[in-house]
Amino acid sequence: MKLEVMRYLPESDPEPRHQVYEVPYSDTGSVLEALQYIKDELDPTLSFRWSCRMAICGSCGMNINGVPRLACRTFLREYFPGPVRIDALAHFPVERDLVISAADFIAKLESIKPYIIPRVERDVSEGEYLQTPLELEKFNQFTKCINCMLCYAACPQYGIDPAFLGPGVIALAHRYNADSRDGAAEERMGQLHAEEGLWSCTAVGYCSEVCPKDVDPANAVNQNKMASALDYFLRFVKPGDKS
Amino acid sequence: MAHPVKRSNAPVFWLLFGAGGMLAALLGPMLVLITGIAAPLGWVLPPDALSYDNMLAFSRNIPGKLFIFAVVTLFVWHAAHRIYHTLHDLGIRRNRLSMGFCYGISLAATLLAGYALVIIGF
Ligand code: SF4
Ligand code: FES
Repeated sequence: MKLEVMRYLPESDPEPRHQVYEVPYSDTGSVLEALQYIKDELDPTLSFRWSCRMAICGSCGMNINGVPRLACRTFLREYFPGPVRIDALAHFPVERDLVISAADFIAKLESIKPYIIPRVERDVSEGEYLQTPLELEKFNQFTKCINCMLCYAACPQYGIDPAFLGPGVIALAHRYNADSRDGAAEERMGQLHAEEGLWSCTAVGYCSEVCPKDVDPANAVNQNKMASALDYFLRFVKPGDKS
Repeated sequence: MAHPVKRSNAPVFWLLFGAGGMLAALLGPMLVLITGIAAPLGWVLPPDALSYDNMLAFSRNIPGKLFIFAVVTLFVWHAAHRIYHTLHDLGIRRNRLSMGFCYGISLAATLLAGYALVIIGF
């Protein structure tokens, strides 16, 4: 089966180009395995990221026939008889071949404090924080995010303006905001209230379609738009608020 | 990396957009059916249902005024928001001018509708 793989070697290529490789076809072969075959048998100069090969590390995201997908969980059989076009993940700066720079995503992720900041500090001796199944359900789906950035490659608004905080990071901000143990929602909402926070989103919804973990970032954005809009007006009447 | 944290004013327009969208979804098709098809063809409705006298009475009555005001203005705010963001997608990026143009029209339509509903009398 033919694979048309995007190549970009910054030291010699002025522009990305595509190189065609013939890889052995099998019903159970993944795109990642095909790329590994190329690297091992045909062309050791090809660069791409991967680690877990089981859809959990989130490092093998790429555009496969134009759709952002995880290479390890995308099978050649879906594209039989080929060819399949493999591009680096859309909307990100390409470092080399299929390797993109995740620096922007990581910076945004850090900016929303993606960890629990306890509402009430407790000592270990006081035991665990208890949650009801209902409280767990509020944020559970958003914990499934593996930071694969497929939703960023899918988001046309991120493509137009990379200042947009973006679907994945908003989903993760929501994951902590909606957690009953956490008390730092106000801090995170500062980022979300901005034009480049929630309000760059035009409810396209493609992010949720491509998410390999069924996180539904579009839903997180929508829930927070409502919360942010209410807060926009209610902040004037809320006691002890600094606006 | 420091992120811009200036609060957006988008919620104002977004809420108007949302309210207009909901109203459009609930009432839009029915209004088109009544005013565009059923009334002119004399279907189901009595022939004078949308006559001048009836409509005048409707627009002079307070619930009638509120209904007309809500339908006209919220639909326009909804449309303005859509157009503003569609322009952005088409390459005319969000800027003060396109924002002023789109929301300016809906603001003008709102003032005009309010004015018309007042001068038509009670
Ligand atoms: S929300 Fe889904 S698509 Fe986006 S980074 Fe997380 S796992 Fe990937
Ligand atoms: S290799 Fe880890 S998600 Fe694909």
